[in-house]
Amino acid sequence: MLRAMGVLSLFGLPTTVWSPSQLNRHVRQVLESDYRLSDLWLAGEVANLSHPASGHLYFSVRDSEAAVRCVMWRPEVARLPRLPRDGEAVEAHGHLSVYEAGGQYQLYADQIAFAGEGALYQEFLRLKAVLEAEGLFDPDRKRDLPKWPRRIGVVSSPTGAALRDVVNVLGRRYPLAELILSPTPVQGEAAPAAIVEALRAVNQYGNPDVILLVRGGGSMEDLWAFNTEEVVRAVVNSTAPVVTGIGHETDVHLADFAADRQAPTPSAAAEIATPDRAELAGELREHRQRLARAWRRQRDERHSQVAKQRAALALASPQARIANARQRSDDLARRVVAAVRHELALRQAGLRGLVQTLTAVGPETVLARGYAVVRRLADGQVVRSMAQVKAGDPLGVRVSDGSFGARVEI
Amino acid sequence: MAKKKPVDQMRFEEAFEELAALVGQLESGEQPLEESLALFERGQSLAAHCSQLLEQAELKLRQLVPDDSGGYSESDLELEAE
Repeated sequence: MLRAMGVLSLFGLPTTVWSPSQLNRHVRQVLESDYRLSDLWLAGEVANLSHPASGHLYFSVRDSEAAVRCVMWRPEVARLPRLPRDGEAVEAHGHLSVYEAGGQYQLYADQIAFAGEGALYQEFLRLKAVLEAEGLFDPDRKRDLPKWPRRIGVVSSPTGAALRDVVNVLGRRYPLAELILSPTPVQGEAAPAAIVEALRAVNQYGNPDVILLVRGGGSMEDLWAFNTEEVVRAVVNSTAPVVTGIGHETDVHLADFAADRQAPTPSAAAEIATPDRAELAGELREHRQRLARAWRRQRDERHSQVAKQRAALALASPQARIANARQRSDDLARRVVAAVRHELALRQAGLRGLVQTLTAVGPETVLARGYAVVRRLADGQVVRSMAQVKAGDPLGVRVSDGSFGARVEI
Repeated sequence: MAKKKPVDQMRFEEAFEELAALVGQLESGEQPLEESLALFERGQSLAAHCSQLLEQAELKLRQLVPDDSGGYSESDLELEAE
């Protein structure tokens, strides 16, 4: 271990001082831990080719702005049909790592694909540039895929593995949909025109929400139909959005650039175009739970609100006042009756007094005290004065317990 | 409330999206209790309908076949066994 002691960074923290071999080894490990760099295709032009006596092949793959160093070991070189040439367009496959002694990262190539002896590849690049310039590959041309595709058009060979893959994926992920195959050959001279017609047919007669343009893997020549201008234009002009899934992971075709979405394989195209049944079932479960929770919460809330309001209602209720008033009116009624009785009693007492007074001043009482009422018998007049009588007049005398006759004597 | 489609006549995505909207509505808790109960009950039948559709669905396979008039017509697609 070579490590300087006591070296401090600007921030006062001890920092590691690397040796070149440590650093190169570390960078190599970092590079090798990225899986995307462990299996990649690098496309470009060969430069600085060298083929020394060791049998290994050293070269760079470059574009107009940058270059990547490549090495291919003798056993792999031996399997190449021929050596590449400087300036030739190739695709090199391999993994990325670091040549520790030189501190240089490079592609350890195990395969070199000659881009159709250059000619096909040149045509590919030429056409790509033309169509690109025309704006056919513009990102803002891309349409969104429908969230819920009901009818999924498939433009592919009726006998190919691609269709089978698509059927499997759709059956597993989203069997609610309907698949409409617009069958077409996908390889050979007639393929481009047939693919164009199949796209037109499915758009016009299939009523698709989305179209999968798919084909399994093959050589660049096998897949050439998907690099033709007519197919690219048919994809661009499709009424329904198009998802391509052509060949293997690493292949790229002009139709892919033109598509609304590009998938690396037919299965992946089917996945991109559909929701997943398992996820939907999960979302459904979640919706169910949320629904039940929301309902319970609301119901409980209302219950407690009702209880609260009932209590408040009891407080504010007129019932209490009614009871009060009822009692008060009973009270009043009682008092009225009592008052009336009292009055009546008073009057009765008054009446008795009057009767007594009356009786006291009446003639009976006076007679009982010894007085008598004297009347002239002739006319019944009460005698109040001497002038009313002369001697010998018959009189009627009334005393307290009866009457008797008498004569006046003067 | 607007008149609603009978649940058993709904397509999966209609039912699913109405369910999602309805869950949000019920969670907002801004409706009278009777309406909440109605939402809850409809939500339950929507969810049940969706589950049933998901479980029972079977991918339909169709293909376009050229017809006599120069157009295309649809027929069932039979995949050959592997």
